[in-house]
Amino acid sequence: MSTLAANWRSVIRSGLIAGGVALYTALIGMLVAFDEREVVRNSFTLGQLLLVAPAVLVGWLSGRQSTQVPAGQRLLRGLVAGLVTSLPLLALMFVSSVVNLRTVLINVDRDLVRLISFDHGVGLSGALMLAGALGVSGILGAFVHLIPARLRHALLTALAWMLGAGILGELVRQLLSQFLDREALSWFLRRDTLKPEPAALLFVVVLLADLFWSWFRETRGRREGPAPRALQFTRVGGLAVLLLLLPLLVGSAISDVLTNIGLYILMGLGLNIAVGLAGLFDLGYVTNFAVGAYTMGVLTSTGVLGIENKMGVTVFNFWLVLPVSLLVAMFTGFILALPVLRMRGDYLAIATLGFGEIIRLLALSDWLKPIIGGAQGVLFIPAPNFFGVELIGPQRLYYIILGACLLAVFVSSRLNNSRTGRQWMAIREDEDVASAMGINTARSKLLAFTISAATGGVAGAIFAAKLGTIFPTSFNLLVSVNVLSLIIIGGLGSLPGIIVGALFLVGLPELLREFDEFRLLLYGTLMVTMMLARPEGLWPSAVYQREVRRGEERAPPQAGEQAA
Amino acid sequence: MSNVVLSARGMTKNFGGLVAVDNLDFEIIHGAIASIIGPNGAGKTTFFNCVTGFYPIDDGELIFEGHDINGWSSDHIARAGIARTYQNIRLFNHMTVIENIMVGQEAHLRSTWMGAILGTAGTKRENRESEEEARQLLQFVGLQGKGDLIADNLSYGDQRRLEIARALATRPHLLLLDEPTAGMNPRETAETTAFIRRLRDDLDITLMLIEHDMRVVMGISEHITVLDHGRKIAEGPPKEIQNNPDVIEAYLGRGAAGSTSA
Repeated sequence: MSTLAANWRSVIRSGLIAGGVALYTALIGMLVAFDEREVVRNSFTLGQLLLVAPAVLVGWLSGRQSTQVPAGQRLLRGLVAGLVTSLPLLALMFVSSVVNLRTVLINVDRDLVRLISFDHGVGLSGALMLAGALGVSGILGAFVHLIPARLRHALLTALAWMLGAGILGELVRQLLSQFLDREALSWFLRRDTLKPEPAALLFVVVLLADLFWSWFRETRGRREGPAPRALQFTRVGGLAVLLLLLPLLVGSAISDVLTNIGLYILMGLGLNIAVGLAGLFDLGYVTNFAVGAYTMGVLTSTGVLGIENKMGVTVFNFWLVLPVSLLVAMFTGFILALPVLRMRGDYLAIATLGFGEIIRLLALSDWLKPIIGGAQGVLFIPAPNFFGVELIGPQRLYYIILGACLLAVFVSSRLNNSRTGRQWMAIREDEDVASAMGINTARSKLLAFTISAATGGVAGAIFAAKLGTIFPTSFNLLVSVNVLSLIIIGGLGSLPGIIVGALFLVGLPELLREFDEFRLLLYGTLMVTMMLARPEGLWPSAVYQREVRRGEERAPPQAGEQAA
Repeated sequence: MSNVVLSARGMTKNFGGLVAVDNLDFEIIHGAIASIIGPNGAGKTTFFNCVTGFYPIDDGELIFEGHDINGWSSDHIARAGIARTYQNIRLFNHMTVIENIMVGQEAHLRSTWMGAILGTAGTKRENRESEEEARQLLQFVGLQGKGDLIADNLSYGDQRRLEIARALATRPHLLLLDEPTAGMNPRETAETTAFIRRLRDDLDITLMLIEHDMRVVMGISEHITVLDHGRKIAEGPPKEIQNNPDVIEAYLGRGAAGSTSA
């Protein structure tokens, strides 16, 4: 019976942890801030979703731990976990009714109390509402395990689509407004908020589609081996057409988000060569981005180095300077790599981190001010011109970035599958042995740094041309951290992972700009969660999956191994 | 003598106050199988590490095929023709068997990264050829059909073979094997011993072993060097070493030399 007691103890403990999380989100003002955004109009808000999320999660966890236990007991555990989750908030509610907490905890205001009591205010009814809501959430979380697998998948998918569409209402409006007139649009949305009827419709449609799809797959049987050539061709063709038409489909505002994502994908692809392929932890990637941007800015604008013809127009255009930016970034990357070639792991990360700071301070410095403008930055960088067409605005710049990304994907995959890629992999695995096998590790690492830097330089150059002005503040540590985070979250060494990571880390924050103050908090939470739950990344490469999950799939050691 | 492959003269290596290899004179002639034996901490692996350029030596000289290799980098020495295996197997664990061997071929590959990006005919041809050669090596060491497995998933004995195959891929003139039969059962040990002999007979590679299993040492070595506390205390053919009182003392302690006659 002691295991049973231990089980209940763990239910209560995880409930308390979840309650602590809920209390924390309340105290920092996150709940109230998120409450401003309705997910489905007049139904529920993002704040309410965030309030019940810990309870649902903890209910789900409590239900999972007890697979041999009867269904009723599992639901009971979910209920208890949910109720325990509400305790810290109940305490907050009670204390705030007795003492004025606002003098210290400025976020504990009437809005918060209204939110956590579901409009019932402080008192017995409010407390019951809160405890009841979280208790029910806990039961729901535990109940997920009791639904048959196929239906569960369909329900969760449908729920994810509905919530996604609700949270990204702005995106939905932008997309729909390309095809629908105001009248039709107003059936779906009011401002940027999804209305209940379309939300329900979306839920039902996705639910049925998912059920149909799983039924379809089952009756057809899963195909073994690679897809036939024709199908592959259609897929690639379809993807190509989609990529080409994307900016026209989504409109200007979302194209702007797409170009930002694209620039980060490009940088991710570049950094991936150093970090993912060669295992060189570079925390100063912003250096290359800045060098590329400043080269483009200084040479094409009418500054000291920009050469003008008689009409006062700069001689150098985007296309001429783009390869120059690439070469300058390559050269800087090469020079900066020289002193750190002998460093490994943490030391390398710290040294490169320093380079990132040096470049920011140089950009700000008075010493270089005559050339690159110091804190005022570089102004009047002309937009690229393509055979007489000014590539201004995100819908046109998109194509330059798309081209650069495709080129970077091509180069990385070619290199990865070549002798060079094998050298990098060997260095990542065991540098000493790689050297003993005849690999000139210094030269290999230099190459990785240099190519990685070149890609970052191109991204910077496009960035400069996109904005038309660049300031030193754009080139801070956060750029390096973002790029590194997105390739880690996507999956180190994986090209599709970079795209997924950029959509998550760059795309989502752009669409949820009103919650910017919580961005880094969510980043950190996401990182920690990822490292605990899925350390190989969202879309891992085969090699890293092997490295991270090696213990789980490995056969038990044989007799000879133990003897060794 | 012109057929000396590797010679060390007065070679010394210190780690702080500890003299790991002390004024060592050593020679190995072409086509020999020579062993280095000695108690734990005698400086055997340090000697290997110095020969392969992992550590620079502090004093003396190290001549390989007429070149003074002291101060050369590991990869330079590998390309000059010295390859090694490790006491505790050090494969590229998450790469496939074939990839492991292809890394070993690095010293002879000529294609460049530019060629790889452009996909030039020469690069493709070299890649095909090196994969073909790697498959032949697999055949030679008896790992045929296992080329696409992950090195980590091989059995212990197969990992030892793969490590030797990877070293062979560098096309060495001199191969250093650090305890090649460690952790093997008697049958595997016998197979490995026969295999080591084949390396010399079929591939004309000079071999140097560190080994603790005396049956292996006495069975295949033509020349044995005994180290103790970094010093050479004896050398010669197996018969002589077996009866050398200094050696018996180093292994079994003072007093054992008189009572034992092996």
